[in-house]
Amino acid sequence: MFSPNSPQAYSINNLLLLTTIIGGVILLIIGGVVFYSAFRFRSGLRPGEPPQIFGSRNLEFLWTGIPVIVLIVLFGFAVNTMRQIDPAPGQQPPDVIVTGYQWWWRVEYPQAGVVTANEIHIPVGKQILFQLEGGDVIHDFWVPQLGPKRDTIPGSTNYLWLQANTPDVYLGACSEYCGTQHAWMRIRVIAQPQAEFDQWLQQQRAAATPSGSDAMRGAQVFQQNTCVNCHAIQQTGTNWAGPNLGHLGSRQTIGAGVIENTPDNLAAWITNPQRFKPGVKMPGYQLSPADLHALVAYLESLK
Amino acid sequence: MSEISLVPEAADVPRNVSKVNLLSWISSVDHKQIGIMYIITAIVFLVVGGLEAMLIRLQLAQPNAQVLSPEAYNQIFTMHGTTMIFLMGMPMLIGFGNYLVPLMIGANDMAFPRLNALGLWLVVFGGLVLYYSFIAGGAPDAGWFSYTPLSEPPFSGTGVDYWAISIIVTGIGSIAAGINFIVTVLTMRAPGMTMRRLPLFAWMVFVNSFLIIFALAILNGALVMLEADRLLGARFFHPIVGGSPVLWQHIFWAFGHPEVYILVLPAFGMISEIIPVFSRKPIFGYPFVAASTVAIAFLSMGVWAHHMFAVGMGFGWDVFFGASSSLIAIPTGVKVFNWTATLWGGSLRFTTAMLFAMGFLVEFTIGGITGVQFALVPLDWATTDSYFVVAHFHYVLVGGTIFAVTAGFYYWFPKVTGRMMSERLGKWHFWVNLVGFNMTFFVQHILGLMGMPRRVYTYPDLPGWGLLNQISSIGGLITAVAWLIFIVNLVYSLRNGKPAGDNPWEAWTLEWATTSPPPHYNFDQLPPIRSRRPLWDVAHPENPDWKHDH
Repeated sequence: MFSPNSPQAYSINNLLLLTTIIGGVILLIIGGVVFYSAFRFRSGLRPGEPPQIFGSRNLEFLWTGIPVIVLIVLFGFAVNTMRQIDPAPGQQPPDVIVTGYQWWWRVEYPQAGVVTANEIHIPVGKQILFQLEGGDVIHDFWVPQLGPKRDTIPGSTNYLWLQANTPDVYLGACSEYCGTQHAWMRIRVIAQPQAEFDQWLQQQRAAATPSGSDAMRGAQVFQQNTCVNCHAIQQTGTNWAGPNLGHLGSRQTIGAGVIENTPDNLAAWITNPQRFKPGVKMPGYQLSPADLHALVAYLESLK
Repeated sequence: MSEISLVPEAADVPRNVSKVNLLSWISSVDHKQIGIMYIITAIVFLVVGGLEAMLIRLQLAQPNAQVLSPEAYNQIFTMHGTTMIFLMGMPMLIGFGNYLVPLMIGANDMAFPRLNALGLWLVVFGGLVLYYSFIAGGAPDAGWFSYTPLSEPPFSGTGVDYWAISIIVTGIGSIAAGINFIVTVLTMRAPGMTMRRLPLFAWMVFVNSFLIIFALAILNGALVMLEADRLLGARFFHPIVGGSPVLWQHIFWAFGHPEVYILVLPAFGMISEIIPVFSRKPIFGYPFVAASTVAIAFLSMGVWAHHMFAVGMGFGWDVFFGASSSLIAIPTGVKVFNWTATLWGGSLRFTTAMLFAMGFLVEFTIGGITGVQFALVPLDWATTDSYFVVAHFHYVLVGGTIFAVTAGFYYWFPKVTGRMMSERLGKWHFWVNLVGFNMTFFVQHILGLMGMPRRVYTYPDLPGWGLLNQISSIGGLITAVAWLIFIVNLVYSLRNGKPAGDNPWEAWTLEWATTSPPPHYNFDQLPPIRSRRPLWDVAHPENPDWKHDH
């Protein structure tokens, strides 16, 4: 919300600012009268009981009427903002499909046929239409600097427009409590100039090829263990229980934002993910040092 | 002056309860004893829920902390919310209502004394069922609103069953209390106590009771459906086989939003009694304060889906519920303005009760303003389920309800116990509480706007997050000190407080027309009730209220 970076977030911020100022004035009036009365009307200033006043019809109308007008105006602004930032998607196909799972995000670019996870690349300066799906329980997709939040609900589809004005990494998170690791279900939106984004998408579409003997051996380790039951490498893979790892090497973090993606961290994660993200559905793997080294080399080579 | 005898046989009843022992309390059907037991139950759960809050703030005091495991944290915040709402807030307010309403209307008990006792013991029993879950394989961990499908198999364990059964049980107790209040106010008023002369606290408890009956019945229905899903294999809320998880949210909040008003209306009533007495003026605009209560009650049943703007209900529904929610600001504003106007031109006595009532005016206004922001749908999209909403409802329920209830403690303690509370400790309690409360919750507005979701067991070390959370946690510790002062004050004053006399505050409603504590049957005789302030009329025969046209 602070440092908004999209038309949506700017609109929301303006409304927030406006209502905070109006609210501040109301608070000053109430607080002012309370404090003024505390000094001006404290007991002991005059003998006996004060004049007994029972009310004033005019004042009642005044402080019913003025708030009504203020609320109507504010609500008008709000409806206007709603129309601006949340138009119906109509027949337009979504740019990105995000599905919330316990506790990670599946990210699909349907037009390019690209599947990735947790880190969402978008081109700057364009309205991006997100289609939101729920994979298990209800989650909520929220990137504060780019716009409003919206629930991802199993069994129904939501849409959300977001935009980034300038290239940067924008942080977000699941905002609907979704179980043990709700805290580490973070989102990274990487906004890039169009050309850079196109290049990234191109790279994601192509199958990454492992290079070097370590990596080749790592590919075998991956296939021989149960990794492959949950994690797809191919874009077309249907094993969705965990994030697609086809281009893991090009991602900034592991475990939906819990640790930075470095070879050492990845090795530690594979050995004992519960240490970083207790409750995560991935079990730890006690591989031989050589196998672990090879597996990490393989995954990190998938750029 | 003339006094009206309450009922002919009342004077014959022996005033001493035969023997005061544990059994005489447990078997009691006296509204005062039941009221006190409700309040004691609420204080016990306040301490428990407060300790849970301390654990929450301990865990969140720094980023990436590992004081609690995520599983433990999720249980603790679920228990904190459930405890504070169902086992602290509601019993506290129902307890005060139980003790005060019969006295305020000049009655000798509630209409249904045995039903009254049943209600109390159901709440106590419900609380025990909830806490038994800790021993029985884990406390509930799906949050106090238990969104489906997270609260259903395979995503949650048996804790949710204890949660649901406990709330069904306490809910039945609350409905019993609601029925009892309505019948009591309608049928037990003393001669002369017309509805237009009813003290505002009794008014608000009366209106509130309708909300309790409607809302808790809805909740219990929802809980039965949830348990049918969980235990009997029904599929009301399970998306995979055609159920609707959003249906749960609709039914739950159809209870949940009236519930917010259930937790705040009686507190409004307390403020409406306390501010006039310590301003030495009648409440400003009595008919408007009373009528706005009815307006709030009606509106509160048509706003539930403002908890669900992020669900994606579509433009039309969002606008409808946004508009209805904005409307609630009008009657609520009317109340705040009338309380503030009551101060104006008065002769203010800064007792601890008055300080808390004035604190309430400012803190509750802050909660009200952020409440309007939530009714403006795009702002809700930005701030819901973040720490902004945590800040908002703690300003309403702590800065509002708890400040008012605390004022109520200092105000009515002399009536209940016959002894004054220590004003010296009381003032310490107020100022320490004021600092601690604002420190804890004000910064949470900022954290929410910065992007911190609620209900996270930890958070990444982003700029400012650690610092603001640390401030909040220190504020929590200061608040705990304030409550310690309060408990010390309660215990100390119970033994050593100055004798109170019948009417230490020179107040005007009927509970002050009897001894402190009142005898078993409350009144031997009542003063004439010819206005809203019978005791003012007695004290000021030269300028009685009934001479004014109202």
